[in-house]
Amino acid sequence: MANRFPGYDVLAKRDTLSWNDKTREVIAERLAMSERSDLLSDRQRATLRTAIDRIVPQPEGRAPVNALALLLAKIADDGSDGHRHHQLPGLRACYERGLDAIEEEAKARHGTSFHLLDGSQADLLLSAIERGDVCSNAWGDLPPAIFWGWRLLPDIVSSYYAHPSAWSAMGFGGPASPRGYVRIEGDRRDPWEAVEADDGTLIPAARQNKHVG
Amino acid sequence: MSADDPQQVPRAKGGRAPDVFEPGGWVPMRSHSQDEEVDFVIVGTGAGGGTLACKLAEDGFSVVAFDAGPYWRPLEDFASDEHHQSKLYWTDERITAGANPIKLGANNSGRSVGGSTVHYAMVALRFRPEWFKARTRLGYGADWPIDWQEMWKYYTEVEQALTISGPINYPWGPRRPRYPYRAHPLNEAAKLLARGAEALGIDWTETPIATLSAPKGKAHRCVYRGFCVTGCSTNAKQSVLNTWLPRALTAGAEIRDLAMVGRIEVDKAGRATGVHYHREGAWHFQKARNVVVAGYAIETPRLLLNSACEQFPDGLANSSGLVGKNLMVQLNQAAWGQMKEEVRSYKAPPSLTISEHWNYEDRGKDYFGGWAYMSQGPLPITWVKELAGQRGLWGQRLIDEMARSNHNVGLKMVGEVLPDERNRVTLAEETDRFGLPIAKVEFSYSDNDRAMMKHALSFMDDSLAAVGATERWKEWDDTCHLNGTARMGDDPKTSVVNADGRSWDIPNLWVCDGSVFPTVGGVNPSLTIQAIACRTADRIKALSARGEL
Ligand SMILES: Cc1cc2nc3c(=O)[nH]c(=O)nc-3n(C[C@H](O)[C@H](O)[C@H](O)COP(=O)(O)OP(=O)(O)OC[C@H]3O[C@@H](n4cnc5c(N)ncnc54)[C@H](O)[C@@H]3O)c2cc1C
Ligand code: SF4
Repeated sequence: MANRFPGYDVLAKRDTLSWNDKTREVIAERLAMSERSDLLSDRQRATLRTAIDRIVPQPEGRAPVNALALLLAKIADDGSDGHRHHQLPGLRACYERGLDAIEEEAKARHGTSFHLLDGSQADLLLSAIERGDVCSNAWGDLPPAIFWGWRLLPDIVSSYYAHPSAWSAMGFGGPASPRGYVRIEGDRRDPWEAVEADDGTLIPAARQNKHVG
Repeated sequence: MSADDPQQVPRAKGGRAPDVFEPGGWVPMRSHSQDEEVDFVIVGTGAGGGTLACKLAEDGFSVVAFDAGPYWRPLEDFASDEHHQSKLYWTDERITAGANPIKLGANNSGRSVGGSTVHYAMVALRFRPEWFKARTRLGYGADWPIDWQEMWKYYTEVEQALTISGPINYPWGPRRPRYPYRAHPLNEAAKLLARGAEALGIDWTETPIATLSAPKGKAHRCVYRGFCVTGCSTNAKQSVLNTWLPRALTAGAEIRDLAMVGRIEVDKAGRATGVHYHREGAWHFQKARNVVVAGYAIETPRLLLNSACEQFPDGLANSSGLVGKNLMVQLNQAAWGQMKEEVRSYKAPPSLTISEHWNYEDRGKDYFGGWAYMSQGPLPITWVKELAGQRGLWGQRLIDEMARSNHNVGLKMVGEVLPDERNRVTLAEETDRFGLPIAKVEFSYSDNDRAMMKHALSFMDDSLAAVGATERWKEWDDTCHLNGTARMGDDPKTSVVNADGRSWDIPNLWVCDGSVFPTVGGVNPSLTIQAIACRTADRIKALSARGEL
């Protein structure tokens, strides 16, 4: 779909009253995050990168989202979200086993590595995992559909939507403290909110979005 | 690690505690030595424990309240960012099981001084009176050992303390006093609920909500930033952290942050003598005349079970065998759709309108219990997890759908789940970083739950259709809130504590949090938890005056 919020950039508000110091600090850290290379095997990281590219494609014409960096940091912490499905192992072990199984699944189906599949092959394979319809016995007692629904999918989508580029692409107001919002009725916006491309206003959205701040 | 990182280094120490209203500020705090046998040790400073700490300290008791979580100053510590703010949640490992394992962490469990109220959505509702006698009056669940008239008085006390903003007249239930502050203006999501209700011919109202519609003391009014469930960085939100606890400190309570209680000690005579807690890298023991457990419906039974000893091999207060059982979540299913206009539901607190129609109307139901529904305003991460998890969207379809979020509209229920002993908290073999066995939580929907969901989803969907929402869909699997697991009652065989929260088995061991609920009703629980805490404090004062503590 075409860019719905042309020219809109949440980061343009970084120095306004919509961002407090704490927000500036944590977002700056996030933007600067790089992908750790000391974690998981090269193959496992390549598999994860491909899964991310298929599940959350990069926004068009915007700074790339570093979802992999954020997710690797989470795997490095080997923490918890406060719950673990009883059929899954702990976070890092779960990724190691699950990513290996995706790789073996690709080999079993296509005789090649997951990250070398073309887009539609990779998507079909991911759909099969989603349905729990797998053929490799590398899965062992790791239930593919639960790995997908309780680990891989939520972790990937939440890493992606933690990035300002993703917020800009969806026209989300982004950080909003201390200023907050004034106009909360339908079809109204504050001057520091995104304008949608086809909203019928006389001034093109791209021009208005330049002055959001 | 920086020296002033409240997640690493305790702040409430050396005779002072953070002033939640001032960046870098402090207020004086009374301190107690560990050998001093304080009147009350309270485990947990959330809706139950924080409220009780305040009330008991104001009654002149010596109080030390522990919380495993940090002591935040919202103005300086809170970012407008879902990811970062996950620091507010209880994210230690817990195993989730049963036919319908529930999500914990961000979904329902806080770990902060102030408890889960630091990231709650602030909806402040009273029970329907009949629910306190659900078994006798409505034919399901269990009766509470407390009657509604008494609760009505305590609800008023809490509504005043939290300066609730609410409507002039509440459409359902017996008369209640005016809410202290005027209702908030409605955002578009809230108006769409209202128009739908009008079209379907049922009542709706502005939601009574614990965020300021006008300034109060050092806190200014809500700025409609919409990040409420990730913590309010302006202090408009009336959480336990910035209401009851400042009062508690003024009255002489001590609060110990980053202090995890691992075990309650019981002597040969069968009385609690204090608690073992972990703080600053070591285990300590605090002596107390009374111990109150207020860790919420998972940590409370976990602590009671983890405190098993020779005398009480099945855990403390567990002669009924009911500690950990009858865990009740609430149904949190939703109907969603797309509007032609821009709704932008990220602005303002998420649930500014409500209908409690189906809490008070029983005709036409093929199930027990009630439900309310409210307008919604999910932030991006919450929303993308619902689209991915519940609608099965990923790839470009997901990204495209996310780009239409500003037109999204939704209604979400809070529905009553009935007590069922199979839904429970037990101990797993695995241990946490303190060496304590972690909790295993089992939950399965019942047929009654499914019948309620079906009715609620179709009703909410009709409401969305009535306002012109298109591409509607139903989210079938979501739950919120936790209650039960240490229920109160009149009979030691069928309950863990009595009406005062006092355990039947150990007279100086009390429970004061969401665990004591025998039934959960169709409203969010925090107002009731705080009302119960106020009542417990009054009862303790009365018992003490009679020498019966
Ligand atoms: C996202 C979200 C939205 C919500 N929205 C609403 C709403 O709109 N309206 C409403 O009424 N309710 C809402 N709730 C629910 C409400 O917040 C809880 O029901 C309420 O806070 C529970 O009170 P409690 O005292 O039982 O536990 P909590 O408030 O959770 O407090 C328990 C505290 O005990 C501490 N603790 C636990 N074990 C130990 C231990 N062993 N040692 C030391 N400390 C310990 C924890 O760290 C925690 O701080 C919401 C909850 C969430 C998560
Ligand atoms: S909308 Fe109001 S209550 Fe919610 S976080 Fe913002 S200021 Fe606080």
